[in-house]
Order: sequence, then structure tokens, then C-alpha cells
Amino acid sequence: MTEKEKMREIVIPGETIVSGDDYLPGEGTEKQGKDIIAMKYGLAEEQSRLVKIIPLSGTYSPRRGNVIIGKVEELTFNGWVLDIDTPERAFLSLMEVPRYVNKDALEEVMDLGDMVVAKIWSINKRGIDLSIKSRGLGKIEEGMIIEVNPNKVPRIIGKEGSMISLIKDETGCNITVGQNGFIWIKGAKIEDELLAKKAILFIVERSFISGLTEEVNKWFGGQIKSATASVKDTEPKEDKK
Amino acid sequence: MVEFKRPDKRAVNDIRPMKAKVGIVPNADGSAMFSFGETIAIAAVYGPKELHPRNQRNPAKGTLRCTYNMNSFSVSDRIRPGPSRRSTEISKITGWSLEPVVMINNFANTVVDVHVQIIQADASTRCAGINAAAMALAHAGIPMRDLVSSISVGKLDKQLVVDVDKAEEDWEEGEGPTDIALTFSHNDEKLTHIQLDGIISAKQLKEAVELGKQASKRVYDLQKKALKSVGEEITG
Repeated sequence: MTEKEKMREIVIPGETIVSGDDYLPGEGTEKQGKDIIAMKYGLAEEQSRLVKIIPLSGTYSPRRGNVIIGKVEELTFNGWVLDIDTPERAFLSLMEVPRYVNKDALEEVMDLGDMVVAKIWSINKRGIDLSIKSRGLGKIEEGMIIEVNPNKVPRIIGKEGSMISLIKDETGCNITVGQNGFIWIKGAKIEDELLAKKAILFIVERSFISGLTEEVNKWFGGQIKSATASVKDTEPKEDKK
Repeated sequence: MVEFKRPDKRAVNDIRPMKAKVGIVPNADGSAMFSFGETIAIAAVYGPKELHPRNQRNPAKGTLRCTYNMNSFSVSDRIRPGPSRRSTEISKITGWSLEPVVMINNFANTVVDVHVQIIQADASTRCAGINAAAMALAHAGIPMRDLVSSISVGKLDKQLVVDVDKAEEDWEEGEGPTDIALTFSHNDEKLTHIQLDGIISAKQLKEAVELGKQASKRVYDLQKKALKSVGEEITG
């Protein structure tokens, strides 16, 4: 196993992934004696002796520091309750909003049904606490929101954000990917937004392919070609008129 | 001694042709199909999600809620749809056989819903249901210590057989039929569930458990294979 710096394999609960004293159990695994046992179904990955499991399916499990997109579900006397696709209640307190809020008119800042980009600030027994105090967080005013399987989010972002920056560059849209599977696309034109949406759905469909960034790059080339081709098709017709 | 003849000419420790597939219900968080011969069970898992009604919530740990249902068309004699004494019992049994391996202690106040539907029945439906449910739970990304595999062992007259079908369940010669549903967790080879219907001596029951343990390993191999190749139907 020492030669293989990285191994990726689907493991099932209760399966021994590796055995040996020098491995450390990461997320979704447990150490029993010398063996690292999988406690979850997913892809096992080993990186610098740490063995962890990347889930392939299932619901979104919230983590501290995750940026998520949620919908305002309830107004309370000191904040908002958001639906972020988790079984727990996600609460955004007034204290975590970087502006003055009139306590008697919370709906002036965010009303029921508004979509909000927020960060998970803490998770405790009572539920999830959110914050919108950093840059890029806050209420969504315009654009398009699409929903994907939360397990595909790492593929959409890519290694160190390579995939998402490729889509941003190609379409000129501003894209915010929520870890809970909601994606906010905002572009200058609706066509750009639709192209970005198409690109994301393309990635979701082919999330199992390796070298996907290359593939998407090629796909964008095809998209531009077909766009110019359709322009050419219309030109001769106009000549005939 | 004359070799024992089963109605479908199987050897005594033969399981009917098994089939398994993972990911058959796209809407569910996890799903699986498992079949023993003509018996087909599908399982869908939703959750962890908020538990309603609220008074059933457990703030100390998560809840596993199983529902077993036999479709009215699953047998030639249409069965009355809706919950019955039998289906309520099997729902409970399915939950209890899975609970020792499912680790939902961190999901306080939430529920994991497991729905088992029997599409076609030819005996051993609870075993097929438990096998499908275990695969669906794993597929839904629920933390589990281990996988469970279920198998039925029957006693026809004095002979022990593995994987009882309908013809054997209605065995009428000699001492008549006895069927035992067994569920084992794979790694520690422990029983998580045992049910007995009929008469059997204590000595022979031990033999039956041993026989079931060996057969459950074949079930486990198929479950493992199906989980590793999502979306493909695995036979064995």
C-alpha cells in the first residue's frame, strides 16, 4: 500500500479498508485494533496516512464553516429560521447581521420566502447557528437558484475551486455554491445564466469521470462553436430575403 | 440414507437464485432491491429528517422507523391492503434486526424512515426485506457498524433446509414444517434477529443457526457486490 499515495475504492459499512499501525482513522471510519473499519458507505480515500470516506449518496450533513443557501421559513423576535435542507433548525440571529435591523420590522431586511447565502457558525444540540457577517453572504436579490445533489458539490467546485472558476470565466457569471446543494447563479444576461446552469448539470451527470475539468473545458468549446454555427445558419436566410 | 428431495430439487443448503440492485428509487436518499427466487423486496430510506409527531422525538438519539408492507398483488390470493397484525409485527422485527448495526445516536430528534415493500411473495419475505433494508440504509449514507444479512432455515419433517419457499412452507409430511428467520451481522457473526414458527429440538435449533450462518455469508457477498456496483443488477 505504500506505493499507492492515493487509493479510491467504494467501501461498505463494516469493511476493513486498511490494516496497519501507521494509519489514522478519518471521517466515516473507526479504528478497531490494527484495522481501519468503514462506518459508512462511500469512496475510501487515503491521504498522508489519514483514511477517510467521501459519501456518494445520502442527505446533506452540516459542518461548521460551510457556506449554504437557505430559505427564510419563520420570523422570530430575535432572528430568522431558515430551511437549509437539514433535519435541524437553522437559526440566523439578529446579532449576526452586519447592519442595523429594526426589531419590530424584521421583514424589511429578510421576509418569508427570501433566499439567503449564509455560513454555518456553530452546530449544537439546539440546532444550527448561522451568520451573514462575512463578505459574499446575505440576502439574494436577483439571479437564478438551482438545486443539485449535495454529494456532487465537491465535483462542481473542483480541486481548489478549479472547476467553478472555469465556469465563472467561461460564462462571466457570478456563482455561489452552497454546500447543501443549492447554487446561486447571477449573470449579466439570462443566456449566460442558462449556459452556467447547463454546465453544472453536465458536471452532475458525469461526476464519476476522472479528468472532468478537461472534459468541461472541451464541452464549453463545443457550446461556443454551436452558438456561432447557429448564427451562420441564420445568415444565408436573411440574404435570400 | 436416501437423499432428501426438496420440491424444487434444490440441495438442502442451496439458496434460490438471488438478485440485488442498489439505487432503484431515485427520489429516496437510499434504496435497494433484494430477491430470493420469486420473492422480491424493495426498500427505500429517507432521512435523517425531522420527526413528526413531535411527541415521538427522542432528544437522546435518533429513531429508526421501519414499515413493512406486502402489496395486494404480491400473492395470487389478493391480500387486503393496509396495515395488518402481521405487517405491524414484521415492521417491528425489521427495525430490531437492523438497530444493533445502525449508529444513529448523533441524530437526536430525527428519524430515519425505512420503507420495505414486497412486490412478489414466495415465502421468506421478511428476510428479503431485511436484506434490502440493510443495503438501502448503507446506500443512504447512514453510519453503520456492519451490514446484516438475513436468511430463513426450515425444517421439513426432520430435515433442515436453507431458504424456504412457499411449497416448503406448506410441507405436510412427517413432523410438518418449521421455519426460522435468522439475521446475522457479518463481522462478529452474531444474531440480531431470530424468529421460530413450528416445533424443533434445542439441539437441532443450534444446527439450524449454524446452517443459517453459513448461508448468510453468501447473502452478504451478494449485498457487498451490489453496493459496490451501484445501479447494476447482481445475480448469484
